[in-house]
Amino acid sequence: MTSLNVLLAVCLAYVIFLFLVAFFAERAGIQGRGGWLLRSPLVYTLSLSIYCTAWTFYGAVGNAARSGLEYVTIYLGPSLVIIGWWWILRRLVRIGRSYKVTSIADLISSRFGKSNTLAIVVTVMAVITVTPYIALQLQSVTLSLSIFSAAEQGADGTRIDTDYAAFWIAVGLAIFTVLFGTRNLNVNERHHGVVIAVAVEAVVKLVALLAVGIFVVWGIAGGLQETLARIDASDLGTWQTDGSRWATLTFLSAAAFLCLPRMFQVMVVENDDERHLQIASWAFPLYLMLMSLFVIPIAVIGLEVLPEGSNPDLFVLSLPLSEGRDGLAMFSFLGGFSSATSMVIVATLALSTMVSNHIVMPIFLYLRQGGASQSGDVREVVILSRRLSILGIIALGYIYYEASGGFGALAAIGLVSFAGVAQFLPAMLGGIFWRGATGLGALCGLAVGFLLWVYTMLLPSFGPGVVLSAQIFEQGLFGLGLLRPHALFGIDGLDPMVHAVLWSLLLNTGVFALVSLFSFPNPLERLQGAQFVNVFDHSVPTRGWNATVAESEDLMIMAQRILGAGEARTLFSDQARAQGLSGHLPEPTPDFLQHLERVLAGSVGAATAHAMISQIVGGSSVSVHDLMAVADESAQMLEYSNQLEAKSHELSQTAAQLRAANTKLMQISAQKDAFLSQISHELRTPMTSIRAFSEILRDTEGMGPMEKTKYANIIHVEAIRLTRLLDDLLDLSVLENGQVTLNQQTGSLADLLDRAIATAQASASRPMKIRRRRLNETITLQTDLDRLSQVFINLMTNAQKYCAATAPELLIDVTEHDGRIMIDFIDNGDGIPVDAREMMFEKFSRIGAQDSNGAGLGLAICREIMARLGGDVSYLAEVEGTGFRVVLPHSVALAAQ
Amino acid sequence: MGRTPLPLFLERSSYRKRRMMDAVKLLVILGACLWMVPVLWPSDGQPGTVPITMSRALFYVFGVWVLLIVLPAFLMRKVRSDLRAEGEPGDDA
Amino acid sequence: MGKHVLLVEDELNIIEAMRFLLSREGCTVDTHGNGTDAAQVIRSLKPDLVVLDVMLPGKSGFDILEELRADTETAALPVLMLTARGQSRDREMAEKAGVSRFMTKPFSNAEVLTAVRDLLYVHQHKG
Repeated sequence: MTSLNVLLAVCLAYVIFLFLVAFFAERAGIQGRGGWLLRSPLVYTLSLSIYCTAWTFYGAVGNAARSGLEYVTIYLGPSLVIIGWWWILRRLVRIGRSYKVTSIADLISSRFGKSNTLAIVVTVMAVITVTPYIALQLQSVTLSLSIFSAAEQGADGTRIDTDYAAFWIAVGLAIFTVLFGTRNLNVNERHHGVVIAVAVEAVVKLVALLAVGIFVVWGIAGGLQETLARIDASDLGTWQTDGSRWATLTFLSAAAFLCLPRMFQVMVVENDDERHLQIASWAFPLYLMLMSLFVIPIAVIGLEVLPEGSNPDLFVLSLPLSEGRDGLAMFSFLGGFSSATSMVIVATLALSTMVSNHIVMPIFLYLRQGGASQSGDVREVVILSRRLSILGIIALGYIYYEASGGFGALAAIGLVSFAGVAQFLPAMLGGIFWRGATGLGALCGLAVGFLLWVYTMLLPSFGPGVVLSAQIFEQGLFGLGLLRPHALFGIDGLDPMVHAVLWSLLLNTGVFALVSLFSFPNPLERLQGAQFVNVFDHSVPTRGWNATVAESEDLMIMAQRILGAGEARTLFSDQARAQGLSGHLPEPTPDFLQHLERVLAGSVGAATAHAMISQIVGGSSVSVHDLMAVADESAQMLEYSNQLEAKSHELSQTAAQLRAANTKLMQISAQKDAFLSQISHELRTPMTSIRAFSEILRDTEGMGPMEKTKYANIIHVEAIRLTRLLDDLLDLSVLENGQVTLNQQTGSLADLLDRAIATAQASASRPMKIRRRRLNETITLQTDLDRLSQVFINLMTNAQKYCAATAPELLIDVTEHDGRIMIDFIDNGDGIPVDAREMMFEKFSRIGAQDSNGAGLGLAICREIMARLGGDVSYLAEVEGTGFRVVLPHSVALAAQ
Repeated sequence: MGRTPLPLFLERSSYRKRRMMDAVKLLVILGACLWMVPVLWPSDGQPGTVPITMSRALFYVFGVWVLLIVLPAFLMRKVRSDLRAEGEPGDDA
Repeated sequence: MGKHVLLVEDELNIIEAMRFLLSREGCTVDTHGNGTDAAQVIRSLKPDLVVLDVMLPGKSGFDILEELRADTETAALPVLMLTARGQSRDREMAEKAGVSRFMTKPFSNAEVLTAVRDLLYVHQHKG
């Protein structure tokens, strides 16, 4: 009989062996040696085996003894996941490596816009779901110890103090985890030592279970045929598994395999090379198959051979013990021990990373916001918080174990835990496949799923009357029948496990999808979503990670581009000297990189500098956060320059407007000056004559009556001219200001022309011959006839004045076109020079020097009058002689005509 | 974005490699279907049915398992050897 | 005396008045009615005094004056400028151009005669 002491000694030796393995692996990893082993697909595959915990090592047999082949579903799910690696795992690994994801909480929070709330929620949920699992490991190790102690002490002897044992096991696990999980702070959260130790333990537990299986089949049962016959003859001999449980459990184990924090750690975070997945895709199912191969035989033979009432969870130990194979039992114990320790270590590491990164550090940084934290002491704090988290999580597991008092079958506890972590599945898969998934959706889905899981699975798992009263089981929460924990919404008759998984995941997914559809993600979230979902477009396959790939030369080249060759060289050689190196290139130590980043930041901005360095040093793609920061910086600069541009544009526009206004003002001022000059001239000229001759008349003595009359006549003419000028000016002013009131009258055009001709002829010294076509003139007009007559008189006076022909003639031609009446005044003069035509309708424009009598306002007045009457007066360029055309609008001619 | 355009038609060897990869991708569906067959098995105690014996159930479940281990391992080897043979003439796999 | 005065003016009645006034002073009066060739006419007639209007057809009085002053032969020729525009700027422009005397219309006959006498007297002494 193996004494308990020997057992403990073997355990201790085994632990020390693992310690050494992990230690050397860690050292080899740091020194860059033994990479072929550390980074081999074999080690990767074996490290995945932490999926098989003490629960599966011991519990599978127990489960098989109770429910037949159902236990195998726990292995089928993960097998399917890894066989279908190409679909999900490949994507997860690529995302994890490309964006330096450190845990499942980090993955979900990163995907949904680095939401700290989500990270905290996922972390807390993970701790709550995994704690029972850790307790389960403590329980199984303690149980296995108790078997040995029972065997040693006999029926009468006192049993080993299980609480005591569990406590020390917890302490030992905590020490191991702290020592190897937090020895150094690796940015990538990777632990070569732990992975190697886990791989070794994977071999130990597999070989142990196979050894027990082989012993049972060939040692006890007497061969394969015999065993199969015994199986078929036993209580487990027929297929009894419920179909819904079979399918649900397979799905659940697949989900848990993806979502368990420890699985995420070994599968994604510790992955060295995507290609390892290809090997693992058949090697890991092989491992799982071997692990489950002998479970049924062991269960059947155990039930047959061992006394009634033996705990089937411990058949793996009790069968060899009962046959006196102490060595095999010891080996088997080590297998179970390995399963438990490796699971606890990795699970604790993964959880502590989450707790430390998402809960402790944010709080710490928040508390010491004021002081600029040095990188050095933050590092210390991170390691400390990791260690405390590890201790805390293991303590929680121990407390849970103590509190629950080792209740229930192993498998039941494990399933509760599985269903809990499976709640991460919708958020995780939705996050990496669906760009429309939003953080709010994930949060709501997780909350709903988690609450349902707690209510329908976790709390009922303690049994009626412990947390939930029997009354709630019978009648539902608050007496509502719809809220019975095992029959939600009145759907009864489902297996409780199937019921809980179905409802929690269904509603989780539904709420996640619905809220995602109806909420709007923030920009970072959208960017992250696009990056994660399209990860294969943006990243390169990860192959062989080298922690120190920072190329000093690349850094140098980059620094030269930014700082200039001279300064960059000085900076690098200074740093090299500070590191005690003789060359001009320093080692890319974190300190140096940080210094370089700060220097570069001075030139290109912090975010850009960080992005540039991480691109060279990290060897991975720039994180979304970096990109966002860069984008922010550029956006700020762009906005600033846009503002400047807009401002300068505005200024130049204002300046142009001012210039235009100024020009206009100058023009107006010039026009005003010119106008005043003109008026002044036109007024002063007749006045000059009047004054001069009146003075002559007054002062000249002995002037003859002829002369007197002549000079008085001049004064008279000039006075009339002055009066007319003033009349014209007033007339024009009134017309221009639109103050004129039109006096509508009705009359015939012929009469109007008659009177106008008479007036014009009367003032003329030399009447010109007028030709008319009276037939065309029989048109009745309704307009201001006096004003129209004024225009006619003006035009005729002009013709009389300026027509240079020896026998001046004026043709007055009336035509009607489209209802418009056109009256042309055409004389047989020379016409008006082209350059004068433009100006002749302007005020004070005079065509020739001959006109000493007019002020040049006549045509201007004509134009104004015609504008008021709604017609027009224009020069007729295409006729012989000088021609003007007066156009009367449609309305002027009376319709009756 | 950044995806290099792939040629539309591939050489025979590359083509075979692609189809092998397709097979690898589809294995998971095969596995899921085969392993869900037991859902249809009559449970012990159902009237009018002959219960499946445990040894048969074991053979079926583990048989599928072996298939799902051997097939990808074989296919992956195929893909890899095709990779090696790529560019060599006369490969009529 | 028999001083020779050239009137460059386009208003017939003003010419009439000036001719009357200057004739009574004993001056020979010539007239020219446009600005275009006024400077040439002045150079060829070589009058003792030019009475120059500002607003002339063809060319302004200022331009004619500048032309006269630019020519050494007529640089010192007395020029009496008469304007009807009456803007203060005109006086500045005229003085800048080198006018001998500047008067705004309507003028008083006595003033004009005084100015004419002054200019002829000054001119005489100079000559």
